[in-house]
Amino acid sequence: MTTVAAPSRFAVWWNGDIAYSFRHAPVAVVSAVVLVIFLGAALFAPWVAPHNPFDLATLNLLDALTPPHGVEGAKPEYLLGTDDQGRDLLSAIMFGTRISLLVGLAAVALAVLIGVTLGLVSGYAGGRLDAFIMRAADVQLSFPAILIALLIDGILRAVLPRSAHGDVALIVLVIAIGVSNWPQYARTVRGSTLVEKSKEYVQAARVIGVGTPSIVFRHLLPNVLGPVLVLATINIATAILVEATLSFLGVGVPPTRPSLGTLIRIGQDYLFSGEWWITIFPGAALVIMVLAINLLGDWLRDALNPKLR
Amino acid sequence: MNICTRLFTAAMLAAALGATAAGAVTFKFADQGDALSMDPHMLNESLQLSIMGNVYEPLAGHGKQLELVPVLAVSWKQTAPTVWRFNLRQNVKFHDGTPFTADDVIFSFERAKAEGSDMKTYVGPFKEVKKIDDHTVDIITNEPFPILPDTIGFWYMMSKSWCEKNNATSPADVRKGKENPATLRANGTGPFMLKSREPGVRTVFVVNPNYWTKIESNITEVVFTPIGNAATRVAALASGEIDMMEPVPLQDIDKLKENPTLKVLTGPELRTIFLGMDQKRDELLYSNIKGKNPFKDKRVRQAFYQAIDENAIAKTVMRGAATPTNLMVAPGIRGFAADENKRAPYDVAAAKKLLAEAGYPNGFEVGMNCPNDRYVNDAQICQAVAAMLAKIDVKVNLVAETKATYFPKILSRDTSFYLLGWTPASYDSHNPIFALLMTPGDKGQGQFNLGSYSNKRVDELGPQIASELDAKKRDAMIHEVFKVHSDEFGHIPLHQQALAWGMKKNVELVQLADNINFLKWIVIKRPD
Repeated sequence: MTTVAAPSRFAVWWNGDIAYSFRHAPVAVVSAVVLVIFLGAALFAPWVAPHNPFDLATLNLLDALTPPHGVEGAKPEYLLGTDDQGRDLLSAIMFGTRISLLVGLAAVALAVLIGVTLGLVSGYAGGRLDAFIMRAADVQLSFPAILIALLIDGILRAVLPRSAHGDVALIVLVIAIGVSNWPQYARTVRGSTLVEKSKEYVQAARVIGVGTPSIVFRHLLPNVLGPVLVLATINIATAILVEATLSFLGVGVPPTRPSLGTLIRIGQDYLFSGEWWITIFPGAALVIMVLAINLLGDWLRDALNPKLR
Repeated sequence: MNICTRLFTAAMLAAALGATAAGAVTFKFADQGDALSMDPHMLNESLQLSIMGNVYEPLAGHGKQLELVPVLAVSWKQTAPTVWRFNLRQNVKFHDGTPFTADDVIFSFERAKAEGSDMKTYVGPFKEVKKIDDHTVDIITNEPFPILPDTIGFWYMMSKSWCEKNNATSPADVRKGKENPATLRANGTGPFMLKSREPGVRTVFVVNPNYWTKIESNITEVVFTPIGNAATRVAALASGEIDMMEPVPLQDIDKLKENPTLKVLTGPELRTIFLGMDQKRDELLYSNIKGKNPFKDKRVRQAFYQAIDENAIAKTVMRGAATPTNLMVAPGIRGFAADENKRAPYDVAAAKKLLAEAGYPNGFEVGMNCPNDRYVNDAQICQAVAAMLAKIDVKVNLVAETKATYFPKILSRDTSFYLLGWTPASYDSHNPIFALLMTPGDKGQGQFNLGSYSNKRVDELGPQIASELDAKKRDAMIHEVFKVHSDEFGHIPLHQQALAWGMKKNVELVQLADNINFLKWIVIKRPD
């Protein structure tokens, strides 16, 4: 207690710029708390959820379409009601969030990785390489995610043995959504790179003999990352919905293991008939989660922006 | 955004152009899926047959009461036990102007039995089609076939010269995902002509001004759009964007009935929804049991049957709009045997015991194929079945997908356990017995017996039912087939679904119990 030790790593981080800005941005704190709750609910769903909606043996079809608490006909064991198969909605949302978050985050990460790398290379190198990458991006943009997903799914199904088909579903989804989204990032990053590379700090770095990879990844990258972060946070939501569409087409997860997006899509069928809770609750969960990610992304962009420091 | 705006502008433009044509009546309708092709021999599926039935026509078809009516043939008679003579209608022209003759009938026979055709089940019993003169043909069958005219309502006639010109003399095989010129264009004799075709988006038909008889309908143009999402389909109808759609989601029937501008036409459908199991392969394609096929054991099939609570499915998933059945045919089909229509009881304990006796006390895993836009609440039924089978420790790996990928898969028998629906095209039990219950063979028998259920007695009785003239004897044989099949649990029949078509109040149409919607009978009344 009395001895003065070197500050711990945590203390260094806690007093650093980023943590300071975080502590003084209430929106970011609230978003982070919300996100932690969602991540926790998703990660620990098997332990904290009241039911396991993926365990088909525990479903009772006669409990289907039970309304949520406070509505006539509600049953005490189903807080948010049940869907058309008798799945407890609260549990289904928790389990579904697992799949949706996994696919959303992994797909966007993949897209960012490919897009940012190619965008940087394209913008910095210029010339033929630039033209080639950008034309490839144009070609890619003309194929919708669904088409690419079906293509990848078809190839994997032909290559892999039948027994492995069920296991690759998630990987197919991630690759398909990731691969179909990279041009957006590549274009954004290329644009920013073109602006940044003529600035003095890049010229200075070049003059003192810093290597190209170092210039690109250590000096340019932080300065072009802002718009990417915003784009990525928005795309997580899109990726979750594309996953639902692909699952409907039979490429993604089976209907017996619904993701958040699938739950929303199932629920849409019941909007007119008064069973609003099947789509409203999962929809609200998705909106809140995506909003939290977006707000956190906004804050992160500002915090990382060297010009605002 | 850009594309949306452009589409919208295009739609506005089209609407404006359409409005200028004097007396034009456009009928817009939607279904949950698309006709997969414009080739009338490619897929034997009700929606496909329904859509193509406006463009192409059979020799003999069905009227508003499903009674037998002459179409491209004016009369027919049996000249010998195995010979049917058809007198063809004179002065019928295909849409391209070429006359319809006996050569086209022979050509359509060859095409319907060619490799890749899905219509073998209709022309399978034919041995030969012989030209007598330009407007007379003899259909010679392998066995005496007294009900032949009833069975050819979906065997559509194509133009020989058009197919030859367009390199479409053989059907594109839907199982192999093939296309040919006839899958995108059409040249029939029917009351409507194909104007434009965008697969999965919209298909436009115009009335045939040179049709061989007066058309009852007053519509001049038809726009068909597939709208997969049920809620979107309901919204499109409620907002007046379309004139008619089917199926109305069961949960929305009451809501639509309350709408003063709309009406819902409901009725029993002749379609039976059932589950099939692969009983042929020595090892299932999709299962964790290696080296043997559990479905070969009757006890396993019975366990599956008894583990499924069909009453709960009818009550919850189908909201009461389904009649549980033990037979592969609906009441109203000739040969329906009421006394055999008693389902084995729902009994989880008995099912578990049967599985244990068969050597699977801990259940097993099996893959299941299911469409999600073909039958009423199809994917929900499969999910419910998967949940019920989980209670006897059978783990179902459900693949539910759109019918464009589902049908090619199961029709090539790439399945272990599947859901299918069947409406007997001839309204006679012989059709399902021939297509669903007989051992698959090269004459088209068992073409849709996708799990290859096989029983000697059924194979023996099948052809006899086709050729038996005495109604009583025939009914007894049909009865026996159904009993044998049901005792062996060859398939798991679930229910007959109900039809629900939603439309504007000013639309008058004829709802056939086989879910066929002939545009030629649709009348749109003008608001006055």
